[in-house]
Amino acid sequence: MNRWDVLVEVSPRAEIADPAGTTIERALAALGFGGVSGVRVGKAIRMEVTAADASEARSVTEQMCDRLLANPVIEDARIELRAVAQDHST
Amino acid sequence: MSVPMSVTVGVVQFPGTNCDLDTLDALADLGARTALLRSDEISLGGVDAVVIPGGFAHGDYLRTGAIARFSPVMDAVASFAAGGGPVVGICNGFQVLTEAGLLPGALRPNAGLSFLCQPQKLMMASVNHVLGHGLSPSDELSIPINHFEGNYVCDGATLRRLRENGQVVMRYVGNPNGSVDDIAGICNETGNVVGLMPHPERATSELLGSTDGRKLLKALLYAAASSRQAAGHRAA
Repeated sequence: MNRWDVLVEVSPRAEIADPAGTTIERALAALGFGGVSGVRVGKAIRMEVTAADASEARSVTEQMCDRLLANPVIEDARIELRAVAQDHST
Repeated sequence: MSVPMSVTVGVVQFPGTNCDLDTLDALADLGARTALLRSDEISLGGVDAVVIPGGFAHGDYLRTGAIARFSPVMDAVASFAAGGGPVVGICNGFQVLTEAGLLPGALRPNAGLSFLCQPQKLMMASVNHVLGHGLSPSDELSIPINHFEGNYVCDGATLRRLRENGQVVMRYVGNPNGSVDDIAGICNETGNVVGLMPHPERATSELLGSTDGRKLLKALLYAAASSRQAAGHRAA
């Protein structure tokens, strides 16, 4: 088995109003960052997953997203995987 | 209207629920027997109706209601609802019911990003549900709201269905939180599961500024009694 650093990024779906994103976008504009648009606020969930290979790690993380981490009515989830460097001395 | 027969209403308590005792008191004051249902219970113990009260179940971590919906008691609530039993989710309870898939849509942070705690004018939209007995569509109510995530959202097809089936239970008069179609409460297709953001248990005495919440809770007791009678007939 291998370990994977997993990052799940959960964001409000495109058609869902995101008042936090809108507020941040206005604040950025007020600070002079005028070229900013499309600010969306979601959440990042990091974890370590043990799985045989990358595809199993991805598939089990997708199941986590479907069941708990994201609500498909309002949110999209994006998954990033990175293999954890293995320590072969043990 | 007095309660037609003595009924027992179960009030669910998750870690972080904080309106459970107020809800129990309000129901008991109307003549109901009450039972506190802990979230790790697997049986509802024969209650005639269930209320999922307000609060911050499991700290609202991840999303409101996201963790609570996996509590053992929610399996029992889902079976009870599937059998036609009256289930009402108030505020956080509404959020739990949407997460559990017992009601459509979801509740997002208020459009103004303010925590809202105020008396709220409401208008009944339909009465074919477990909070409808004794009320009429267009009846105005004043009941407090107390929430950060009360902004009801659903897709266009769901909204059409809600309107066509009379599943919009009540609307805000002066939308405080950005909810689509001013929706403050909805029910499922069969009307036995209702979710609403306002807190009827906080509008039960003139001292609290309104007694309109009693109308809704009385309707629930009526529905509980009817449901028990129907269950009795089915068993007989």
